[in-house]
Amino acid sequence: MQTFRFDLCELPEETKGLRQEVRDFLAVELKHIPAVTRAQTWSGSDPEFSRKMGAKGWIGMRWPKQYGGHERSAFDRYVVLEEMLAAGAPVGAHWIGDRQSGPLLLNFGTEEQRQLILPKVARGECYFCIGMSEPDSGSDLAATRTKAEKVDGGYRVNGTKLWTSGAHHAHYMIALFRTSPDKHAGLTQFLVDLKNTDGITIRPIKDLAGNAHFNEVVFQDAFVPDSMLVGSEGSGWAQVGAELAFERSGPERYLSSFLLMVEMIRELQKRGGAEGAREIGRLVAHLVTLRQMSLSVAGMLDKGENPALEASVVKDLGAVFEQDMPVKAHELLGIAPTVGAGSDLEQVLGYLTQTVPSFSLRGGTREILRGIIARGLGLR
Amino acid sequence: MNELQTILSDSIAKLLGDHVNKDVIQRAEEGQWPAELWEALVQNGMTRILVPEAQEGAGANWEDAHVVLKAAGEHSTPAPLAEAILAGFILGRAGIAMPEGVVTVMEGDFKLESGRLSGVAKAVPWGRNATHAVTVVESGWGVETVLAPLQYARIDKDQNVAREPRDTLTFDHVVVDTAWAGLPGNAVKLYGALTRSIQMAGALDYLTRASVQYANERTQFGKPIGKFQAIQQQLAVLSTQSAAVGIAAAHAAARADKVSSGDAAAFEIAVAKVRADDASSAATSIAHQVHGAIGFTYEHGLHFATRRLWSWRAEFGSGADWADWLGRETITRGADKLWPYVTGR
Repeated sequence: MQTFRFDLCELPEETKGLRQEVRDFLAVELKHIPAVTRAQTWSGSDPEFSRKMGAKGWIGMRWPKQYGGHERSAFDRYVVLEEMLAAGAPVGAHWIGDRQSGPLLLNFGTEEQRQLILPKVARGECYFCIGMSEPDSGSDLAATRTKAEKVDGGYRVNGTKLWTSGAHHAHYMIALFRTSPDKHAGLTQFLVDLKNTDGITIRPIKDLAGNAHFNEVVFQDAFVPDSMLVGSEGSGWAQVGAELAFERSGPERYLSSFLLMVEMIRELQKRGGAEGAREIGRLVAHLVTLRQMSLSVAGMLDKGENPALEASVVKDLGAVFEQDMPVKAHELLGIAPTVGAGSDLEQVLGYLTQTVPSFSLRGGTREILRGIIARGLGLR
Repeated sequence: MNELQTILSDSIAKLLGDHVNKDVIQRAEEGQWPAELWEALVQNGMTRILVPEAQEGAGANWEDAHVVLKAAGEHSTPAPLAEAILAGFILGRAGIAMPEGVVTVMEGDFKLESGRLSGVAKAVPWGRNATHAVTVVESGWGVETVLAPLQYARIDKDQNVAREPRDTLTFDHVVVDTAWAGLPGNAVKLYGALTRSIQMAGALDYLTRASVQYANERTQFGKPIGKFQAIQQQLAVLSTQSAAVGIAAAHAAARADKVSSGDAAAFEIAVAKVRADDASSAATSIAHQVHGAIGFTYEHGLHFATRRLWSWRAEFGSGADWADWLGRETITRGADKLWPYVTGR
């Protein structure tokens, strides 16, 4: 039975100075941002904030200097990420480029693509979205239908991508297109310039909370030049697998409701007495354990190992924890969630109550993750 | 794992593999002392792993002992190995030599006067089989470690649902060895919680392995039940719960080594015990569901692990007990201190 492995991992002592530097930065930058806005963390987009982070050297931290990176360790990067998330910094604009599109280009992109794009990403000026899901291809990614037909000098693309987070802000999409009918070997990844390509229509889709965060992206005879192919034709399936390991491996997979936990504690502190202590204690136990698991994944990344399976475990447990938070707040505090007015706690509860259902859908559904884990256990 | 831990891991696995089986556990449940198993554990130095080298122990630390305790939990070891290891640790800190015989630990309501111990300890693991029991008592002199011989104690037998002896011991002015503890007054409960968390991590690993194996073997509707998504999803949950407790317990053990005072590891130990308690409810339920009716029989060995988890989660402070403490500390410290506290340790 092949199982997953979570080795203890302690952050090196030298990350302490960096952590303090990040905290000092955030104390200034987030001072006037209300809690309900901070609760959006990596779903909240603020290009100005991203540029400031870029100037600090906190994007593309592990990338080679020749591409605008900073050649820092996986642990340095981890510390910056977890501090940003715990404070509720609006890191959404550059998040995907930093987390997965940049590393994808480093692994599989051409020299030209890297030089053209990575320095801009590291400066916090260039944003990405991920074109995987389609109307008839969600969890079943191999059912991708959007077609890229070979034409002179490039490909002609027709089809629709769906649920594309941040497409309306993004400069580029890393898109998975079908280049031949073969189920897996017919899939190819492309870098699509969303700002300078004719035949692309981006329509924001309002989510249940009224926010326009994801999109429908329609391709009608859109031309993508040969130079924008990522990796080789037909290798898209394998590349996407590697990309998803990055997508699932970070601390954002358990910290998305952390701001609510903080507000719950603040409220109980105000009320005084022993009320809620047991429930908070349980949440703390889960928080600390998830952080250890997440750190363990960072340790594997640092050693150059592939933590795809471990990342799925953390994401599955993390989403359950995040989704439980508004339930616990409701049961414990007996307050009504609000939108647009009310206390910080009421508004954060309002935002997260409506948002948490997406946490076990985005980046791989709960069922898909558990299927991956079951395969790791030797059941499939 | 370092070299010592690898050696420990291999030798304890072999030792328990050779000496613990269904018959041995069953006979222990019926009240028979597993003499052969105990002798093997003693001969191999497993009971004295946390005793300093100067006192004829292995002089190992909690991260090393973690390897042995996890294996003990995984094998449903029907002997007070965990208690002996814990007793050795507490005695070692106090500089009291660990006696020959079977040494267990106890928590109780005690009075210590001029080297004589009076009071009652409930649910003492293997009290009837032990020659000595170790406890920590706060007296006018501070926190003292007490090594009590049991030949003068009254013993009322009781057991937990795993049918492990959990006896009530009564002492009336029994002459005991004492020394300054060098540990907090709640050391037995605190390190007991650490010990049980690690054993629970082992038992949960066993549940995962046994359940996956069963699901691959048991055929219904023409295929192994492990091929059904409904079962796969359940086993995935079981395995993630087991993994979470594994790292929480390892983290607490590492912390216990890192700090010299027990209080400083209390946070991580509480986290581990609460997490183990939470996980054991979900995990035992899934393991039994996957095993079906056969897992509900005495004949099948699954219950040796599940009944231990149901017992251990309530021992040395239940999850609720430790969660109360964690929560109170967290709320008192304040909302904005939570993150700096968690990341600053």
